Amino acid sequence: MRDSLRVFLSRPIPLVGLVIFAVIVALALLAPLLFARGPFTIVGMPLLPPGAPGLLVGSDVLGRDMAVGLAYGARISLLVGITSTLCAVGIGVLLGAVAGYYGGWLDDLLMRVTEFFQIIPSFVLLMVLVAFMQPSLSSTVIGIALITWPQVARVVRGEFLSLRGREFVQAARTLGMGDVRIIFTQVLPNALPPIIVVGSMMVGSAILTESALSFLGLGDPNLLSWGSMIGGSRSAMWVAWWTTVLPGLAIMITVLALNFIGDGLNDALNPRRRR
Amino acid sequence: MNRLSYIGARLVKTVLITVAVVLLSFFLVRLAPGDTATVMAGQAGFADEAFMKSLRAEYGLDQTLPVQLWKYLGAVAQGDLGISFVRRQPVLGVILERLPNTLLLNAFALLVAIAGGVVMGMMAARRPGSATDAAMTVLSMLFYAMPQFWLGMMAMLVFSVWLGWLPPFGLETMGADYTGIARLGDIAQHMILPGVTLALYFMASYARLTRTAMIEVADQDFVKTARAKGISEGQVARRHILRNALVPLITFAGLQSAILVGGSVLVENVFSWPGVGTLAYEAVTTRDNPLLLGIFIVTAVLVSLFNLVTDIAYSIADPRVELGR
Repeated sequence: MRDSLRVFLSRPIPLVGLVIFAVIVALALLAPLLFARGPFTIVGMPLLPPGAPGLLVGSDVLGRDMAVGLAYGARISLLVGITSTLCAVGIGVLLGAVAGYYGGWLDDLLMRVTEFFQIIPSFVLLMVLVAFMQPSLSSTVIGIALITWPQVARVVRGEFLSLRGREFVQAARTLGMGDVRIIFTQVLPNALPPIIVVGSMMVGSAILTESALSFLGLGDPNLLSWGSMIGGSRSAMWVAWWTTVLPGLAIMITVLALNFIGDGLNDALNPRRRR
Repeated sequence: MNRLSYIGARLVKTVLITVAVVLLSFFLVRLAPGDTATVMAGQAGFADEAFMKSLRAEYGLDQTLPVQLWKYLGAVAQGDLGISFVRRQPVLGVILERLPNTLLLNAFALLVAIAGGVVMGMMAARRPGSATDAAMTVLSMLFYAMPQFWLGMMAMLVFSVWLGWLPPFGLETMGADYTGIARLGDIAQHMILPGVTLALYFMASYARLTRTAMIEVADQDFVKTARAKGISEGQVARRHILRNALVPLITFAGLQSAILVGGSVLVENVFSWPGVGTLAYEAVTTRDNPLLLGIFIVTAVLVSLFNLVTDIAYSIADPRVELGR
């Protein structure tokens, strides 16, 4: 593990990703302290350009401070990205572990289900899920978790399939350990590296998905997110480029940083990829 | 397993997927608060107990779940996806009206993605580790990190708002009433921005795939034989390497089609392209649940049919492929 950490920190790109991500996390956490009046407060004329007095990056269609919106938007993006990934990893690990460990019809069933999720247009399914559950923060998180868990399950199942016949598992069984204990204390720790890699990559794509949902008006109506900032300023794009360009850049930089970290984790945790 | 029984098995699988989609939809409806009766009563503006009861009886909502499910399956099998709350028309008809525009846009995007990706991949494969190769890696990283709808808006900002080269909205110029070739040209112009936006995301993956496959195939014996026979380098690349490297792209096109459709929903909305994607947005904003669900069913069935086609095409293009499960 220490070896992996050294590999991770020795590469410049993952390190850059980590630094950028840390800055964004700090911004998200500090937003209520820095901008106590909240993102919906009107501070001046609409569509003031970046650099206008008191407005670092301009104001939006309703005259709200874009900087405050961007800071508060980071909270939503990170919250949705991280919690939906945790939920998806939870479901995926549980089902993938059972399928991979026991095999048989359970495994067949799970493989059919993951295949099904690969074939259907999952974004359209997500729209249906969120619209039917009523758009809110929790329906966004649940919806994203429901369409992404099969990716995790596939990976976990593969790991369990290859690990279940190993000597240390047989040894544990000989010692009289129950299946549940073997799964969680013996096999799972050994299957963690690929799960961490997949999870880290999923946070970024969950952030992208959340932005797409709130762009379409399927986000929580009581919260300002980067996607809803873009969706809300579509009509202003012709006269005020910053209203759409900046939130998009924020999304891109965040996801890029996360992908850098994920790539670094992959290099560090996957011995086959080490050169 | 011979090819015929492979195709048969694959057909059965497609039917099963379709049934699963419909089953899923049946239960999705029950996620939404209230039922058809409450929605209808809400639209009518009043709801006494007797009226609700008669509505429930009319729509079969007073029957047991298995009976309702059976009726639903039967209705969908006959192409009855329900009635749009807002438009008061059969859902299937509304979707089919918009479908050609979406198919056109997606087919165009797929072609652009494959053509562009193959050219980029060939260029990168010629000298692995070169500047082209590196530029491609960076570009694909950027494309994967940005929201596709935002990429579309940026393209619109640059090419329509600032440069004024391409029309930003719609399928054709409103009020121009072009006919024949002029109309086709007009539509083609409108299709460039949304089509390329949609394609760019996938182009990077096709480029990577082509690059890997080209490098792999280039090492094989039949290529060395071709070189030894004195065939020119360009001919070897096109005829011997590329043809074999293209085969995996077929499967990939199938696998990506589900993501393509999802992207299409967003990109159509950015460019007001009158397809199924903008229809889905309308359904969301007007809370037209039957229409939204119908769009899910239709797109899911289309994608699984497209996967059926690519799988069969792949088995024909590469006879070595194992026709197992």
